[in-house]
Amino acid sequence: MNGRKALVGALSIAVAGALSGAAFAQQPPIKIGLLATLEGPFAAGGADGMRGAELALKQKNGMAGGRQIVIIKASSDAKPDVAVNATRKLVEQDKVDIMVGPLSGGEGIAVKEYSKTQPTITFINGSSGAQATTLVDPSPNFFRFNTEGAQWMVGLGKATLAKGYKRAMVIAEDYAFPYSQVQGFMSEYCRLGGKVPVKAWVPLGGKDYSSVIARIPKDVDALVVVLGGADAVNFLNQYEAAGGDKPLVGGSITVSQDILNYKGKRRDSLVGTIAGAPIADAYDAPEFKAFVADYQKNYPVSAGGYPSPSLFALVYYINMKAALDGLDAVNGDLSGGQAKYREALAKMTLKTPVGDVKLDGNRQAIGTTFITEVVKDAQGNLFNKVLSKVDGVDQLLGMKKEDFKIGSRDEPSCP
Amino acid sequence: MSAAQWRHAMNAGAGRLAMGRRAPAPAATVRVPGATPAERRYLSLLAHIKARHVVVLLFVLAYPMFATPFLTYQIGAQSLALGLIVLSLTFLGGSGGMISLAQMSVAGVAGYMLAIFGSSGEPAISFGWPWWVAATIAVVIAIAAGTAVGWLSVRTEGIYTIMITLAVGVAFYHLCLQNYSIFNGFQGFQRVYAPTILGINFRDPMPFYYLALGCALGGYFLVKYVLRSPFGIALEGIRNNARRMNALGFAVTAHRVAAYAFAALLAAIGGLLFTWYNGLITPNSVGTSWLINVLIIAILGGLRHPIGPFIGAIVFVLLQNFAIDLIDRERFNLVIGGVFLAIVLFSPDGLIGIWATVKSKLITQRGGKS
Repeated sequence: MNGRKALVGALSIAVAGALSGAAFAQQPPIKIGLLATLEGPFAAGGADGMRGAELALKQKNGMAGGRQIVIIKASSDAKPDVAVNATRKLVEQDKVDIMVGPLSGGEGIAVKEYSKTQPTITFINGSSGAQATTLVDPSPNFFRFNTEGAQWMVGLGKATLAKGYKRAMVIAEDYAFPYSQVQGFMSEYCRLGGKVPVKAWVPLGGKDYSSVIARIPKDVDALVVVLGGADAVNFLNQYEAAGGDKPLVGGSITVSQDILNYKGKRRDSLVGTIAGAPIADAYDAPEFKAFVADYQKNYPVSAGGYPSPSLFALVYYINMKAALDGLDAVNGDLSGGQAKYREALAKMTLKTPVGDVKLDGNRQAIGTTFITEVVKDAQGNLFNKVLSKVDGVDQLLGMKKEDFKIGSRDEPSCP
Repeated sequence: MSAAQWRHAMNAGAGRLAMGRRAPAPAATVRVPGATPAERRYLSLLAHIKARHVVVLLFVLAYPMFATPFLTYQIGAQSLALGLIVLSLTFLGGSGGMISLAQMSVAGVAGYMLAIFGSSGEPAISFGWPWWVAATIAVVIAIAAGTAVGWLSVRTEGIYTIMITLAVGVAFYHLCLQNYSIFNGFQGFQRVYAPTILGINFRDPMPFYYLALGCALGGYFLVKYVLRSPFGIALEGIRNNARRMNALGFAVTAHRVAAYAFAALLAAIGGLLFTWYNGLITPNSVGTSWLINVLIIAILGGLRHPIGPFIGAIVFVLLQNFAIDLIDRERFNLVIGGVFLAIVLFSPDGLIGIWATVKSKLITQRGGKS
């Protein structure tokens, strides 16, 4: 092994010497590995995430820091072991310089652990939102320019109380992402005097919610529903069939477009549902409108895009943009184990369609959260209106480090 | 004879048809006058070694010398660890006529126990005992679990065995997913790393490859040995005609349960390696897709010979890693499915079946000319 390495090293020095004059002008392209879920439960979201990342590169005409950028893609299926295998292939086999990915929480923790074994490569998150990725045992070369699950719910507790919901029941899927969402909601809600008498944790992909619906106490004012995709639709259908009439408060992926297209009788009762998210379709800042227009131009619905970019597209766009802006800042200089590049990333104030993002000491984003409310437009379509916007949300949710505990089934609690 | 045993006897033919008949090994006896029995045994062993065995052995031993760390670890070591788990299925299926889909669950039990008794990223649950204590306990518990699965399922035959072992596997998956006090739910255990022994860090690609290779070779030769032992021959007899074996005085159920226990040993060691390879164990590691993947690898490689699982695992791992480079990123699963379909269509005995067909054609051609 050593002999072989030495030989390769000697050869490359010889080649570099021979070509040094001509080679300087034409530096090789920088390879960026892009990992998202193109299989499994988040396949549609993963494909949109890739669109977002590609859009960031297209806006720069495929160049950053004066060098050409090549994207090499890989896929996983939201399982951590598959994500690590795909990342390892990109890093060790395809020899990428920078990694962008993965999509989901468990994958993010596993890829962060792997990043420690590759200290000369810079890893930037895709859209994974587990708290532990950057809070517990962070990796010096793993950066996350998106805010995570708990941060996305900041401001929702206050908005819920403003609606007059003083007691709420939580219904959420039983894994890390909903834990952090519930924590983000409850830490604020409980502090301001709200009560959560019951929390129901349901398995991911569960079909039958009758036992949960039977447990809803009569005296709660609202249901906080942190379910994604098909789970949310199933719950809503069954809750309607059971004659439920409590108003809803949604998680970041609960009140998405597929829920708003819901055709059931209770459709109108969705009006007034509030939710917290890092993206709001109806946000009217010029940067965001320009981003949406660019997305729609590059990925029209006829070519498989969504009518409006999804959360995954935005978050992948932000992280890819961070990778490219960082390259611009150092003029494509990745020498010295990418030390300069990382320093630039850590210090950068990233301009995103939803406001400026800075990193904290754990290389985790401090950014903006939107509180949205479902309203009906003139044609009778439902959409998410921006109710309020909270800037500068940090990962500790404004708490002191000693007081902060990572969200779990039992934490926080205010029955 | 009990009703259950009658059912065995009546259905015994089905297993034989499904598995294909294992050709009896040619009794290569080398007669050297004047040699002691020990020497004779040694010489007859030598007569079994052919050029291809030496080439394969040298190749796998030298592989990390010329392969990149990626090829060594992700392709080489992963195939070997996976192959060992699949070997437990082909042993049961090929020699015992019992297709158990719970072999990945048995491997998962070993992985989970390793994480629980050893150290992991969840210090609140893990005991943090030394790796060898944890690994030993994990193997013992996994064998107990595998034996229990066997004890449950030997009462059934054919498709019912598949169903009951699938049910056990899925039940174990849901237990891992929903139990938080022991299995840590959806998150499972992160940072379950291979140990450092005598200054050798087995997390590094090359040491881990040789560890996996050692275990795989051990498993391979152990299976070859067991198949030639009285136990293995009795097991094949039971596969072919349980009723007759019962009449001859063999304890059919006991043999079958023992086969499950032996298969569990292989799966457990494979499970330890696979957990170390991934550095984590989560409910997804024992989910339905993996239960089926093990069967797919077994069919890809072929059930007839203990080398089959390893060949199947190499093809499977190569496809998983490189199919995405061959075709549009949204369609690469089509390549995996297509290759699988082609192999199953053109060679019911898997890849080793293709080898056997080619070899027999060559022999008949040569025979026809002379």
